[in-house]
Order: sequence, then C-alpha cells, then structure tokens
Amino acid sequence: MTGDGDAQMVGRTSDGARVRRPLSPHLQVYRPQITSVLSILHRMTGVALAIGTLLLVWWLVAAASGDAAYAAVSGFLRSPLGLLVLFGWTAALWYHFCAGLRHLTWDAGWGFALPQVHRTGWAALIATAVLTLLTWVVGVAVM
Amino acid sequence: MSETARSAAPQIPREVPRAREMRSQLGRARGLGAAHGGTRHWWAQRLTAIALVPLVLWFVASVLHLVGAARPAVAHWMAHPVNAALFAALVIATFHHAQLGLQVVVEDYVHADRLRMATLLAIKGAAALLGLLALYAVLKLAFSG
Repeated sequence: MTGDGDAQMVGRTSDGARVRRPLSPHLQVYRPQITSVLSILHRMTGVALAIGTLLLVWWLVAAASGDAAYAAVSGFLRSPLGLLVLFGWTAALWYHFCAGLRHLTWDAGWGFALPQVHRTGWAALIATAVLTLLTWVVGVAVM
Repeated sequence: MSETARSAAPQIPREVPRAREMRSQLGRARGLGAAHGGTRHWWAQRLTAIALVPLVLWFVASVLHLVGAARPAVAHWMAHPVNAALFAALVIATFHHAQLGLQVVVEDYVHADRLRMATLLAIKGAAALLGLLALYAVLKLAFSG
C-alpha cells in the first residue's frame, strides 16, 4: 500500500467498509469492450450528425435560393469528397439510429442483462452495416 | 487488561446509517433537482428520439427518391403538404434533439465555467438559427419553388 496508485485504489462500500478498488476506468490500461466502444461511438456519431446538419441546411437553402446555388451543392455532393462525406453521414445516421433504439429499450427497462447487452450491441453494428450498404445500393441504382 | 483497553477505544457503530432517499424533503417537494429542470431535459431528448425514428426512415426514403432530381422537381416534391409538414417536423425534432445531446457532451467534457457557458450559448444559438434557416427554406420551396 505505497504510492499514489495504491492511494487512489482506496474506496468505500455503501456500508462504509474500506476496500481496494479502482475509482474510475483508466483509459490507458482499460481494455476496450463492446459496451464502452459502442457508448462512445453513439456520442461521436451524434456530434458528427449535429455537424452534418450543416450539409442538410446548405442543400435546403440552395434549393430554395435558385438554380446556380443548387448546382453548386449538387456538384459538391457528386464530387469524390462529397460522396465520401455523404457515405460517412449515412453510416453515422444509421449507427445513431440503431444505437438510439437500443438506448430507448434500456429506458423502457429492457435488455440490461450482459448477454442481451452484447447481443443487441452486435445487432446494432450489423444493422448499421446492412442499412448503410442497402441505402447506397438503392441510391446508386436510382442515380 | 484487554477488556479495559477495548472499552477505552472509541466505539465504531457496526451499523452505519444509510440514506434510503438521496434527496432532501424540500427537494422532493419541489421535485426539480440540482439543475432546476427536473427530468425535462432527459424526457425531451427521449421524446425527440422517438419522433425521429419514423421521421428519419421517411427522410432517407425521400432523399433516395430525390437523388439526381433537378431543382424544380425538388420544389414540386416539397410543395406537397405532407412532405412540407414532415420535413418541417424533421427539422424541428433534429435541431432540438441535437442541441440537447450536444449540451450533455459539453457539460461532461468542458469544466471551466465561463467556457462551458459560452459554448452552450453558442450551440443553442447556432441550433436555433440553423433550424430557422432550414424551416424557412422548406416553406419557401413549398410555397414558391
């Protein structure tokens, strides 16, 4: 029991007994797990989608402004960079959609057992991949 | 000997009192908690999330329908009352949901009071303005192409 590392591992249980336990996950030594990775991914895609609303607003305002503005936004969306941004946007949207549904089931009190958490986590990832590819297959087919 | 030493030591109660309810009586009566907003933020985020489930499905289907469309075709599509109303609902729910979510992220990671307040105000202002801009564009497309 010497050094700061040990001092930080002293905690108390809810009935006051002292125990040795890490007080918070140290990211440097914490093994990534599907629970933590999907949680931060939900946040990151949420922030990305919030920034991505700029693209939606640009498209709407351009369409409402005139042919020249609409041609400019269409040109960007058809460029390699535009297509890449759109693909990332689609994947982020579907992931946040699927993970959001998972969060709503938790809010309803369902799916907290660890096997269920792992199952719904993998389901969200697979559904994201399937829905993203499906969206782009349809999008390219009608283009 | 050992009996007297034990009785002289300060008595540590074996049963530590535990709070069953973590809030004060006044806090319970007011029912709004430390942020003075109660569950309003949490609830609004869930309500907008639920609203966005069908709206996003409709939005993706609509975008796929409009892929490659010229501007007049987009305006014609938006002129349909159902499309304009659903798009307006999508814009409102999206920006409300986005600023609620960004607020939580900022509150979690930005610890300096002034910077946090400034960031939150900037996010809320930007969300309101972008939402208004998008709504106006939807209505202009719907009414005058």
